[in-house]
Order: sequence, then C-alpha cells, then structure tokens
Amino acid sequence: MLVKFFFLLRTAGVPVSILEFLGLLEALSKGVGEASAERFYYLARTCLVKDERYYDRFDRAFAAFFKGVEGNFAVLSKDLPADWLQKLAEKNLSDEEKAKIQAMGGWDKLMETLKKRLEEQKGRHQGGGKWIGTAGTSPFGAYGYNPEGVRIGQDSSRNRTAVKVWDKREYANLDDGVELGTRNIKLALRGLRRFARRGAATELDLPDTIDATARSGGWLDIKMVPERHNAVKVLLLLDVGGSMDDHVRVCEELFSAARSEFKHLESFYFHNFVYEKLWRDNRRRFNVNMSTHELTRTYAADYKLILVGDATMSPYEIEQPGGSIEHWNEEPGRVWLQRLMQTYRKFAWLNPQPRERWRYTQSIAITRELLEGRMYPLTLGGLDEAIDALT
Amino acid sequence: MSKPSFRGTDQYVATEELMSAVNASITLSRPLLIKGEPGTGKTLLAAEVARALGMPLFEWHVKSTTKAQQGLYEYDAVSRLRDSQLGESRVQDISNYILKGKLWEAFDCETQPVLLIDEIDKADIEFPNDLLREIDRMDFYVYETRQTVRAKHRPFIIITSNNEKELPDAFLRRCFFHYIRFPDEDTMLRIIDVHFPGLKKDLLREALTMFFKVREVPGLKKKPSTSELLDWIKLLVAEDISPEALRTDDAHKFIPPLYGALLKNEQDVHLFEQLLFLNRRNAR
Repeated sequence: MLVKFFFLLRTAGVPVSILEFLGLLEALSKGVGEASAERFYYLARTCLVKDERYYDRFDRAFAAFFKGVEGNFAVLSKDLPADWLQKLAEKNLSDEEKAKIQAMGGWDKLMETLKKRLEEQKGRHQGGGKWIGTAGTSPFGAYGYNPEGVRIGQDSSRNRTAVKVWDKREYANLDDGVELGTRNIKLALRGLRRFARRGAATELDLPDTIDATARSGGWLDIKMVPERHNAVKVLLLLDVGGSMDDHVRVCEELFSAARSEFKHLESFYFHNFVYEKLWRDNRRRFNVNMSTHELTRTYAADYKLILVGDATMSPYEIEQPGGSIEHWNEEPGRVWLQRLMQTYRKFAWLNPQPRERWRYTQSIAITRELLEGRMYPLTLGGLDEAIDALT
Repeated sequence: MSKPSFRGTDQYVATEELMSAVNASITLSRPLLIKGEPGTGKTLLAAEVARALGMPLFEWHVKSTTKAQQGLYEYDAVSRLRDSQLGESRVQDISNYILKGKLWEAFDCETQPVLLIDEIDKADIEFPNDLLREIDRMDFYVYETRQTVRAKHRPFIIITSNNEKELPDAFLRRCFFHYIRFPDEDTMLRIIDVHFPGLKKDLLREALTMFFKVREVPGLKKKPSTSELLDWIKLLVAEDISPEALRTDDAHKFIPPLYGALLKNEQDVHLFEQLLFLNRRNAR
C-alpha cells in the first residue's frame, strides 16, 4: 500500500528516493510513529521530505492518498498561501491568449488609430477589446495586455509594453542594502573572481616555505607572497522603472550581491533599452548623466559588461530612431547596444523574465538576436551560464 | 529494548512534530537536519536533547573557512617543524601532532553522545559531501598514523542550516529533515511560560499582541522571532513596564517600549518609525 504512496509522491513532484522510502519502512518496522495518523504523518514527512518547500506538495499528496482511510485529517486542510492567489489574479491571461494578441499595423497607424479612438470614445471604460480603458486587450490604455500597446495615464505599469508613457514615473534608486537571499547570487558571482597577486609580500606561503626548508637541509626558510586581490572589473547596467517594476526586488538583490564581490564595479542605469545616455543616480538622472560614448572611453575593454533588464518593450524602442519612451533618440537602441558590444567583448544580458516566456515577447527575440544569444535568465542556473560566457 | 525518547524539557518546548522527528532519528540513528527561521531554537535543540536524555554533547560550529577534515583531525605540521628546529624528542612520534577534531572526540565517547554540527550551510559547498562517508559508516582513516577511527557508539547527529546554501542530494538522502515553523500563539504562550513562570497574565497578553503585530508589519527585513521576543519580555520585566503602556488601541501610543530588542537593523527601525508617524497622523 505504501509503495503506491511512494509513487504518488513522485508524481506530485516531491523528490523521494528509494533510500528514503526504505528509511520510512525501517522506522515503521521498529515501531516509530504507529500510535496515530498524525504521528505517522510527521514520521513520513521527516523521512521523505528534505526541504520545506516540498512540505505543501507532500501535504496535498498525503491528504489525497489517505483520504477516507482516516476521517480526521483536519491538520492537512491548509489554506492556500495568499501570494498564490495574488499571482493567479495577475495571470488572468494565458500564454496562448497572449500569443494570440499580436501587432496590428505599424507605428504611424497606431498613433493615428489612437487619435481616432480618443475622439470616438467618451468616458471611462473597463475591459473589452477596442476601447481605451483598463484591463482590456485593446492596444490603448492601461493595465491590459497588448505587446504594441500605448499606455495612457497610469501609476505603475502592470503588463509590460507601451510605446509612450505619458505620466512621468518615480524611479526608486536600487537599494543595495538588501542582504537577505543574496548569498546564493554571491556564490554564483564568485565564479567570476579572478585572483591576482600584486603588491607587497604579506602572507606566509606554507607549501613554498616547507619546500625551501627541506631544500636547505631542515633550516627554516620562510617564504612570503602578496595578498590575493580580486582583479575582475565589472560594468553593470541596470534597467529601472516601466516594465521592470515586477523585477525590482530581484535586481536589488543582484546589485547588493555584486557590490561586495568585485573590486571594480561600476553601475549605471537605463530605462528599457540603452541609448546615448546612462545615469548613476535615479533622483538626478535628468541633470547628472553620462553619455554612452564617454562610458566606453572611460572604462576600458577589459571590463566585463553585464546588462540586467527584462527587454520587454515595444519593438520600436529598439529599432526606430525616436522610439524611446521618454526622449527623442537620434539613433535607434540597437545601434547603441552594438556599440557597447564592440567595446566590451565579454558581455551578458540577464533577464528576470522566466525563459519559457521569452518567445512570447517580440522585443526579447530581437534583443537576443542582437546579443548573439547571450541572454540568460536571472536565476542561479542562468547566472552560472552567464558567468561561463563572461570568463 | 526501549530507546530513550525526547519530550522537551523544562526549558525547551518541543512541538509534537519536533519530538516525533527527534525520536525517529534517534531510533534509526540517522542524522537530523534542522532548518527554520533564525531564533526558533535550532541550535538550542541539541543541548536540550543532550540534557533531557543525559547524553554528552559535542558542538562543532561551522564557519565559512571550516573544512570537513578539521572535524576529523588536523596534522599540526608547523609545530612539528618548530620542534624539529629546537631538537625536541617528541618530534619522532607523529601522533603527537595529530589534533583530534569534534567528530573524533564524539566517536571516542564512552556513551552515546549528541553531536551538533551547527550552521552547516556556512561552510564551503563541498563540505557536506566530504562528510558523507563519515556520517554513513561512522569511521574514518588517519593517513599519518595509519589507523582507522571507528565510533564506539553511533553519535546522534543534529545538523542545523539557515538555508544559505543548498545542500547536496546525496547528503540529504542520509538525513532526516525537520523544519521548525514559527510557533503559533499557543506554543508561544507555553514557551514564554517556561522562561518567565511568574509573568503577569495581562502583560503577557499585551506583549504577545504587540509582538505579532510587529511581525505583521509589511516589508520588515528581519522579522522578530522567538529569541527576540524573550529578550524583549526580559527587558519589559526588568523595566517594570505596565501592561497599559503596551495597549495598542490608541494610535497615539503605538510605540512599543524598548522596541530596539525586537527590531535589529536600522532600516526596519526607520520603516517602523515611518509607520508610526503615519498612524499618528491618521489618528489626528
């Protein structure tokens, strides 16, 4: 009977191995956890589950399997976590639906249609496929989804792409004080470290000392080496605002991790895509910024370039002069990205969007092509891949 | 043969699930891996199990620089080298320079001991893998003296982790696992009762309400946990704060006295003060 339970657990996505299962059987044969269903539940969980993230899956499988065997499994009827429900609500559109909604005509036509519709429409509108309003699938309006959408008057963006934002947004300076949960990222970044010994000899070199001592017939001959320094230089460009709202937390973590890992780390911000200007401080971005040309002159080619952004925007923002959502850019974004890639041969783009969703967004496909495929998801695995590409 | 069973102690409140996990691991002599929020009594568990069951305790605190080998033994080459320079006679016997690690000490113990490997996730990623055989077979080989050290009694191993690193699957498979969840209000009452037996009922009630309220403040970087609560209550008692001062109905007074014991970093304190300010303004 328990063998079935074992396979049910595996189907439910709890990684259980035979060894663990045998452990449970051994415990049962020694008479542990027999007295009550509850005690058996605790025992089974202790033996079979090795990570608290699988507790919920285990609970559900356990409840499903033992339903009817024992009447009172009240312990198991747990409420769904609140954030799950929230996520579900956010995902009101399936990927299929998202894929179905595709571009409708070019840039000019879009603006023209918008003008027309604005005239046609009076008053507020919610839902639907044509009118400007909220939560719809028309290309105009806020809180809806259409990859070529035009965003009108909205506080914080819900679902990616818009060709123009007409309300000026507040940009939160990415906070590097977030320490929690950054260790994993730090560990991955550690792969980037290249140690170089430079400067005065301050450390005892034990193997060399022993070797030298042996050579001099047992007389102590102490050898020193310079301390190790991290010689990696990193140029970090981070996307802020707009479609990145959802990802700010992850980016903050990356930023916080990066700070302490490298001796030379220069970070700049951009919005949606790189153009002729970058800035260091979001509060003074319109006054104090640095031209991208100057950037490539200031930081030599031995810097490694890491871009972090979701690359989710309207294709015009990459391809079109003047496509930027907040200023008039003389040259399209793709030219600027290519310039950066020419200067820094070691580069990677980290994308906080999950990889499975990339193919549904046209701008991600364009950016990936531009980057010669060097775009990686902002996960631990993705970081590892990115670091392979950078070294 | 009846195995000893752990039921918590007069200073440590163990939930049913924790007891069952501990007893299962003792019975099957498997290592027990303990995770949970900081301050929920992970490290304390080993000491309390040892005390309750009358077993000797060995503690191995792991740091980022700790190597698995250090738990077994270390060969002190430097002092041997120095002794050879000074012409000491003990230099002839290499075993004079083998320093026993915590694992070896535990293996040598005459009765079954409890071995705590504290914060295993702090060490290098390979650390747990290097201990696989030792934990499985409970023996290891000393190359310098060509001897095999075998455990006289399989120690009951308690391993704690703060989840800073993923542990390898092969290692996890050999352990039992328990996650200490944050205590609910009833358990919390029992815990406080154990630590402060004579506490006034109304002060306790107000303090707990306040505590759970602070835990619910959104965006806190480090939520206060059991150990912080105990510290705070200790302060409240020492300062002789009246329960009335803790009452939260009045928004004007929504500053928990001595909140420094609950909030441990300045961003949290700052956030908290901002919330207080907003609260007061709304109350006006």
